[in-house]
Amino acid sequence: MTSKNFARRLRLASTFKIAARALRRNKLRSALTALGIIIGVGAVIAMVSIGNGAKAQVEAQIAGLGENIILIFSGSTTASGIRTGWGGAGTLKIEDAEAIRREVPQVTLVSEEVVSTAQVAAGNQNWFTRIYGESAEYFDLRQWALADGAPFTQQDVRSANKVCVVGRTTATQIYGSEDVVGQVLRVKNVPFQILGVLTPKGLSSQGTDQDDIVIMPYTSAMKRVLGGGTTLRNINAQVASSRDLAPAQQQIIALLRQRHNIREGRDDDFTVRTQEEIAAAATATTETMTALLAGVAVISLVVGGIGIMNIMLVSVTERTREIGTRMAVGAHGRDILTQFLIEAMTLSVVGGIIGIISGIVASKVIAMLKNWSSLISPGSIILAFVVSAGVGIFFGFYPARKAAQLDPIDALRYE
Amino acid sequence: MNNSSDAAVRLDDVRKTYQTGEVEVQAVRGVSVEIKQGEFVALMGSSGSGKSTLMNIIGCLDRPTAGRYFLDGEDVSSLSRDELADVRNRKLGFVFQNFNLLARTSALENVELPLLYSDVAMTSAQLREKAESVLAAVGLEGRGDHTPSQLSGGQQQRVAIARALINDPEVLLADEPTGNLDSRTSVEVMGIFQSLNAKGITIIMVTHEADIASYARRNIVMKDGLVRNDMMVQNRLNAVAELERISAGDPLEAAV
Repeated sequence: MTSKNFARRLRLASTFKIAARALRRNKLRSALTALGIIIGVGAVIAMVSIGNGAKAQVEAQIAGLGENIILIFSGSTTASGIRTGWGGAGTLKIEDAEAIRREVPQVTLVSEEVVSTAQVAAGNQNWFTRIYGESAEYFDLRQWALADGAPFTQQDVRSANKVCVVGRTTATQIYGSEDVVGQVLRVKNVPFQILGVLTPKGLSSQGTDQDDIVIMPYTSAMKRVLGGGTTLRNINAQVASSRDLAPAQQQIIALLRQRHNIREGRDDDFTVRTQEEIAAAATATTETMTALLAGVAVISLVVGGIGIMNIMLVSVTERTREIGTRMAVGAHGRDILTQFLIEAMTLSVVGGIIGIISGIVASKVIAMLKNWSSLISPGSIILAFVVSAGVGIFFGFYPARKAAQLDPIDALRYE
Repeated sequence: MNNSSDAAVRLDDVRKTYQTGEVEVQAVRGVSVEIKQGEFVALMGSSGSGKSTLMNIIGCLDRPTAGRYFLDGEDVSSLSRDELADVRNRKLGFVFQNFNLLARTSALENVELPLLYSDVAMTSAQLREKAESVLAAVGLEGRGDHTPSQLSGGQQQRVAIARALINDPEVLLADEPTGNLDSRTSVEVMGIFQSLNAKGITIIMVTHEADIASYARRNIVMKDGLVRNDMMVQNRLNAVAELERISAGDPLEAAV
């Protein structure tokens, strides 16, 4: 029994030697066949890496909103058939934000928000920019530090002081420098003192410049820029941990329904979204993109596999006499089958390994050239390797079986 | 069972019938032949005489429809495909008309081929040593690294003979071994066969050339699937003497 096992192992070792010799005899053909798999596997790795990178980038941007954020938007309204969109109805009051601060225990920070655009000016320069009215908690909530100066305080909010902080883009557009703390900025001709300059955040995922901004106390914005009014566009709230997001969301909804006197069965006149929900919606897009790209890449892998089958079939026909000779000197059908399977698998596995390496390199190069990020997951590498080996077995089996079933007499006489 | 210990090949009323559609073709119609160890037999006959079919049966590439075939005392008439492959590997060596060497493969690797399919445990170094010694025995010392395309027809056939000898076979089977060779090279190959035979190797050779057959000791002539004539060769040619005669008759070659 053991000697038989030994003999079998010996025979398998010989078959590996035979297959390696056969591949070496046709170097160019072997290389071209493997190329199909190299491109397929490389494309899968590159596409998935870039897709994962894009997903990670989107997630990072959403994380840039701050951690564990709940956004509460004012409802939409319909006036003469024109719907205003979220925030347009003015259903959120300053008192609502106060109530959330007071009555929802999980909430740690709250920022009342109003948004406007306005022409701002200093000296003989002017610029059109976005005006955000926020509470003093906003900078902690968004984890947005100042590069220079200091943020406005609760006292500034309470008194609706004419103070603000500016983004880097706004500062450089008007003053030509970032050294603007203490300068006076006129917003709709109301002079505001600049207390600080925000650290740059760059472009958002939608492509807007996040540093083109003026942030002031929401009270000041309502009074001096929006010209009165008591409604908020939205309220930003932060909870201590991600576990608190769902319960806090429920409590905020219950609280606001009660405050707005909404009866059972009627729709909310506001919307409460957690950061997780926003992230899920945003990453869903990149995931679809990744799946699509990976699908295209998998097709090219299958085409590579068919290439292997094609070459193996040609090879079996071309080497019919060789197969006959091998059988004449004692090869079993199984030896021939194993030899051709090993040849096919060697092509696909070697192609797979080179493909993985070139896929990683390609994704890095593309990421560098396009300024995208790429994220190579070990899972996709293992998967690509297993799939390429599987492709070799699957597409190599039919030609190998065809070779193994040849009749030695016919094969020897084949011209 | 082993009732003819000195017979390398014993055929007992061997028949082979092919079914082609409705028509039954009787390629071999009852052949009983005994070839003893150490014989050198030429199997002759025109095409369609059944000599190729008989050769395939002797070579264990095909099984008889009826009758029994003992190779080295072992009944191989009803072995399976794989068992026949093992018998070929252990007991037979093949030389073909068109050499059937693996292209772009060195002579050494070609010669090693049968041992790669044998159950004998050998290291790569042992394989190489054995292949080199067999190559030297057919006069190709130092040509082991040449590929078939770098060798002449005669040299290629020597590589094929070396391949047939590497597993120390009971019987060397040659199917038209000189069919693709010029007359001088043919005589050289016959010289190798005669010297191998002198060392005791049994050789069975299919040929349709009467002069090539005269290098053998015994001629079996087939016709219509039966043995028509089975006789010892009377005026046996000696390859060494023939080569000298050819060289003498050709002043150019004599000068070389």
